[in-house]
Amino acid sequence: MNDSTDGREPAGKDLPRVDRRTALRWMGAATAAIPVLEREALGAERSGTRRPRLPAGGYGPDPDLLRSYQPGDLWSLTLNDAQRRLVMVLCDLVMPADESSPSASSLGVHDFIDEWISSPYPGQVEDRRILLEGLAWIDVEAIRSEGEVFVSLPAEKQFKMCQALARRAKASSNTFPGSFFYRLRNLVAGAYYTTPEGMEDIGYRGNTPQDRWDGPPPEVLEKLNLPPQ
Amino acid sequence: MPIVSPKQLRERYDVIIVGSGAGGGQMAYTLTMEGLKVLVLEAGRVYDPVSETPMLQTWNQAPLRGVATPDKQYGFYDASIESGWELPGEPYTNASSEPSRQFRWWRQRMLGGRTNHWGRVSLRNGPYDFKTRSRQGIGFDWPMTYQDLAPWYDKAEMLVGIFGDQEGIENSPDSSPGVLLPPPKFRAGEILARERARPLGISVVPVHRAVLTQQQDAWRIPGRLHPGNPRAQRLLAENMRLRLKCLFATDCHRGCSIKAAFDSTSVYLAPALKTGDLDLLPQAMVHQVTLNAMGKASGVVFIDKQSGREHRARGRVVVIAGGSQESVRLLLNSQSNRFPDGLANSSGLVGKYLTDSVARRVSAQIPALENLPLHNEDGVVGQQAYMPWWLAGEQETLDFPGGYKALLVSGRKMPNLNIGRRFDQVSQADGIPFGRQLKEEARRYYGSFQSIGAQGAMAANDDCYCELDPVVKDRWGIPVLRFHWKWSEDELRQVSHQQRAMAEILEAMGGRFFKRPLAEQPEKAIRQGGTIIHEVGGAIMGAHPSKSVTNQWCQTWDVPNLIVGDGATFPGTADKNPTLTIMALAYRAADHLVDEMKKGNL
Repeated sequence: MNDSTDGREPAGKDLPRVDRRTALRWMGAATAAIPVLEREALGAERSGTRRPRLPAGGYGPDPDLLRSYQPGDLWSLTLNDAQRRLVMVLCDLVMPADESSPSASSLGVHDFIDEWISSPYPGQVEDRRILLEGLAWIDVEAIRSEGEVFVSLPAEKQFKMCQALARRAKASSNTFPGSFFYRLRNLVAGAYYTTPEGMEDIGYRGNTPQDRWDGPPPEVLEKLNLPPQ
Repeated sequence: MPIVSPKQLRERYDVIIVGSGAGGGQMAYTLTMEGLKVLVLEAGRVYDPVSETPMLQTWNQAPLRGVATPDKQYGFYDASIESGWELPGEPYTNASSEPSRQFRWWRQRMLGGRTNHWGRVSLRNGPYDFKTRSRQGIGFDWPMTYQDLAPWYDKAEMLVGIFGDQEGIENSPDSSPGVLLPPPKFRAGEILARERARPLGISVVPVHRAVLTQQQDAWRIPGRLHPGNPRAQRLLAENMRLRLKCLFATDCHRGCSIKAAFDSTSVYLAPALKTGDLDLLPQAMVHQVTLNAMGKASGVVFIDKQSGREHRARGRVVVIAGGSQESVRLLLNSQSNRFPDGLANSSGLVGKYLTDSVARRVSAQIPALENLPLHNEDGVVGQQAYMPWWLAGEQETLDFPGGYKALLVSGRKMPNLNIGRRFDQVSQADGIPFGRQLKEEARRYYGSFQSIGAQGAMAANDDCYCELDPVVKDRWGIPVLRFHWKWSEDELRQVSHQQRAMAEILEAMGGRFFKRPLAEQPEKAIRQGGTIIHEVGGAIMGAHPSKSVTNQWCQTWDVPNLIVGDGATFPGTADKNPTLTIMALAYRAADHLVDEMKKGNL
């Protein structure tokens, strides 16, 4: 685990704080739909007459493509220590370690989540809003039902809360708090399977220079009942 | 190194070329090999695929896992810099606000143009594709036959290096023997598709792509392409030996540092620069072609993007190849007393007859491909197999003219950020899958998805064109284009047929659909105009000066020493990708230009 705070801002003013009023509102929000805008990386303006305005801090139209970038290299990160711990726990609920592969947090997926919600680009704005709301909401919900913040709950209670959220996400992926879990799960699993360890686990065996390409091996063709090629 | 600044320009060039992509690059190559003094002006910066390509980088090394942002509109690792649908200060407009009538325009502002950003699919137009009007009663015939262009297809393919096979399929021509490189072996899903599509009467065959599956024959090809020209033979042989065969990993859209995948910079401009006869001026936004008192093209006016200053370059011949619509814009903006409506526009047809590929993909999950033994399926990364239009001989039984081809997209590809939600619809979980269950399901279903993407023909019509916007100007004050776009019933019926046929093939593979094919809603299915980045036309070639802008040699009728060297001259879109035809036409136009200049006709 990387506990360095380099490049990380202290919790900003725009982050949700949980006071009593907000908590009550969020409990109400658990059953009320929050409409979610379509994520559109290129903005709504399609005719080409204008480029969407951006906050400063993107990598620009001609970045170094060869460099290996780390979260925090290009823009300041968002999460405070408590939020970061919570995201780590959630990451590992979505992608836990098992017999064949490590957990999401051990691969730094929580730092990617921080990078993502801190992005200066319009495509991540909705995710930032919903994820930060969701992080606050899940603690409120944990306190309401179990009397403790989410990270302090026993693993099976954490899992149960995620299961409930997963069902809500399936029922409607753009209604809060299902939308929160849907986006979190997409990002965590996507970030996981784009690491070398995740690619190995899912069964991707490429991206290795080869002298030749001979098509699928015989056992693959056999399984498909296809004749040798 | 003859990369020059505006102050280092020669007094006068034999040929000035605007644009460094497939058309401009090919012209620069041919002309410099013949000893002509050439200036290429490029609106973007010099880009070196050898040292700048992220060949084997994984998504976790890129910001935001490499997803598209307004700065990198096709994703972080795509070989497009300062490029995209939206460029700051360089707008374009659409006349209609209706979503179905929008045209999207991808601009590539870098050396090598759009050849950097390309799947490398390289198919020849077939004999029928040159006879659209005669065969279908719509659109236009080309002012040449397939046989007229075939020798230059062979030459372009030998120069570029293209893999493929000989199939003998009606209207999807074979190359001459010995021209193509061997195609890669099929992946598991491609073999399955081939076996299951066969009973439907549909052939799945190797696609043709500009990727070296083996090194080019540097002993044989240079002599065939440059008979009697030892300098050209030597320079081409040297460059061919610098190109390695594919390493069977990493996506061609990133570019290719080993030069296995073709791009204009590595294959055309590198040997052209070695002649010493090419000057290359980057960051030059050309906005006017100038005329002399005789009404002949005399040069260009451009803005040096770094200083913001205007400069001129002079030449005996001007070639415009800025990407079809950019060339149209340049003609329309080159107004004079002689040509008040734009240069070479006495026919009034500059900007008219814009066409694009008719496209949409269908996807399914194939249970047979689940849980396959783990293996590397990168192959030549990207398309390997396709279905050439199989009903060319039975067109009259269909309710639409023109055909389409279908490209297979399958395989155990490198996962990207979107894979997190990929398994939702096949999952057995009662919610969205997560945790151990997601990991198990991901292992099972990864690699079991198959897509088929159709791309079809479009005949020119009166509703699709561009003109200068009367109000909007770009950051340099140059008037911008305003597009008009409308799919006709022909294209909509074609898309319905595509959707049905793609679904039928996927069903034959045992596919499960999670998004129903859109055969009944073609207007919903069809991709927006411009989206496939195959747009051509706007300065079409033809047999008559009153009905076209250029002749078959891409010379404008009005100004014979002005050549249109890109896709703007296409009188229509075939069911083949345009790039190989752009290269063959440019090659042929350049050979003709050399002859004409030697004869003193230009």
